[in-house]
Amino acid sequence: MNIRNLISNILIILLLGIIQVFFLKNLALFGVAFVFVYLLVILMLPVSTRSVPLILIAFVLGFVIDLFYETIGMHTAAATFMAFFRSIWLRAISPTGGYMETENPSLSEMGIGWYLSYSIPLIFAFCIVFFTADQWGVGGFLEVLNKSFFSSIFTCLLIILVQLLFFKRRRGI
Amino acid sequence: MLRILQFLYRIRAFILFVFLEVAAVWMIVSNNSPQGAAFFNSSNSLVGYLLKQQADVVQFFSLAEANEALTNENAEALQKLLLLQAKPDSIALPLDSAFAATFELRGARVIGNSLRFSQNYLTLNKGSKDGIKAGMGIFNPEGLVGRVKSVSENYAVAFSLLNTGLMISSKIKSTDVYGSVRWDGKNSSEAKLLFVPRHVKTQEGDTIVTSGFNAVFPEGIQIGIISKVAPDEKDPNYLNLTVKLSTDFSKVSYVYVIENTQFEELDSLYRQSEISNEY
Repeated sequence: MNIRNLISNILIILLLGIIQVFFLKNLALFGVAFVFVYLLVILMLPVSTRSVPLILIAFVLGFVIDLFYETIGMHTAAATFMAFFRSIWLRAISPTGGYMETENPSLSEMGIGWYLSYSIPLIFAFCIVFFTADQWGVGGFLEVLNKSFFSSIFTCLLIILVQLLFFKRRRGI
Repeated sequence: MLRILQFLYRIRAFILFVFLEVAAVWMIVSNNSPQGAAFFNSSNSLVGYLLKQQADVVQFFSLAEANEALTNENAEALQKLLLLQAKPDSIALPLDSAFAATFELRGARVIGNSLRFSQNYLTLNKGSKDGIKAGMGIFNPEGLVGRVKSVSENYAVAFSLLNTGLMISSKIKSTDVYGSVRWDGKNSSEAKLLFVPRHVKTQEGDTIVTSGFNAVFPEGIQIGIISKVAPDEKDPNYLNLTVKLSTDFSKVSYVYVIENTQFEELDSLYRQSEISNEY
């Protein structure tokens, strides 16, 4: 990763964090569909990223989001779980011949079909952990599933939209 | 030995994952238990500052509405004051301690709020510097809002009434029957009134107010109105009462923080007689 990529990645992380915390915090369609657009950070890191730094990045990211959400630990636990699950999932769905060393798991490089099968299970795993922590001792398991299902669809839609709108230009650089 | 080290090195990601996950769960638990000190929350100064900037922008758009509500409240307060003004008289009666002011009010602004989770919290723009302490009650002209959880120098974090951990001692205004209001984690405009016995005659539209038994809130702060009466399926001794909350939690912006100046005396009395009091 060269310095230019690094800076642009940090800018994207900051931007997504700010959008998540200031604009999407209290957004919930019909009270069930939440949106966690900052998960794009974990999804977009290069395939070659090792699990240890990935998990650490997810932990710190989740913690910072938690500070603003006033839900200490919930985003942290869920994001860490998702980061751990990502490396396993990437291995499970690797295309024949494996990944190229420089490949980024992004929509424009991998195509919509692969991207959906990559992102939806990961986001769903995040949502399951997050809403289980949220509903602990309050609601039933059905409520958790209900919220997770709609939130992961909504989040996935938004993440794809963000990539379509803003990530195309990066290929030209 | 080398084998073990090699093995541990190979599963280092898993070990790190388990370690961080345990840390996260510890944070969740310590944040939600009332005894556990919460070290990290939005009352930390940088996060508080950023939240305040956001609130400044967002609340600008509802200024007119907030102004109107304040004017109405002012008019009401003035009217009450006119009724209270004593005529000059030749007799002076010394007031005893029963008439001493036991509640002190402070104004504050909500700069952080959530209502979509099952444990919701508010962040206020006043802290220990302005005399806010943990345990004080919060309400606004519409009704009850919550209770302060912890304070830093400039900010305070509070349990919203939309937090399943908060119980408010309350009563039905018309019949003086006592119960506890608690949110059930579902709808942000409804809560449950618990522990009302089945023989009590009540109907939709009855007003629920604080009971004044809890030393945090004075008597008579509005909480909501009963919107549904049904027998409780789990426990046949009680009614299942749904309360429509009078506070619109999606719009809470200016609030009053209320302090009971005799709280410590009452609290130590309760402790001395070994009664655990709900709030």
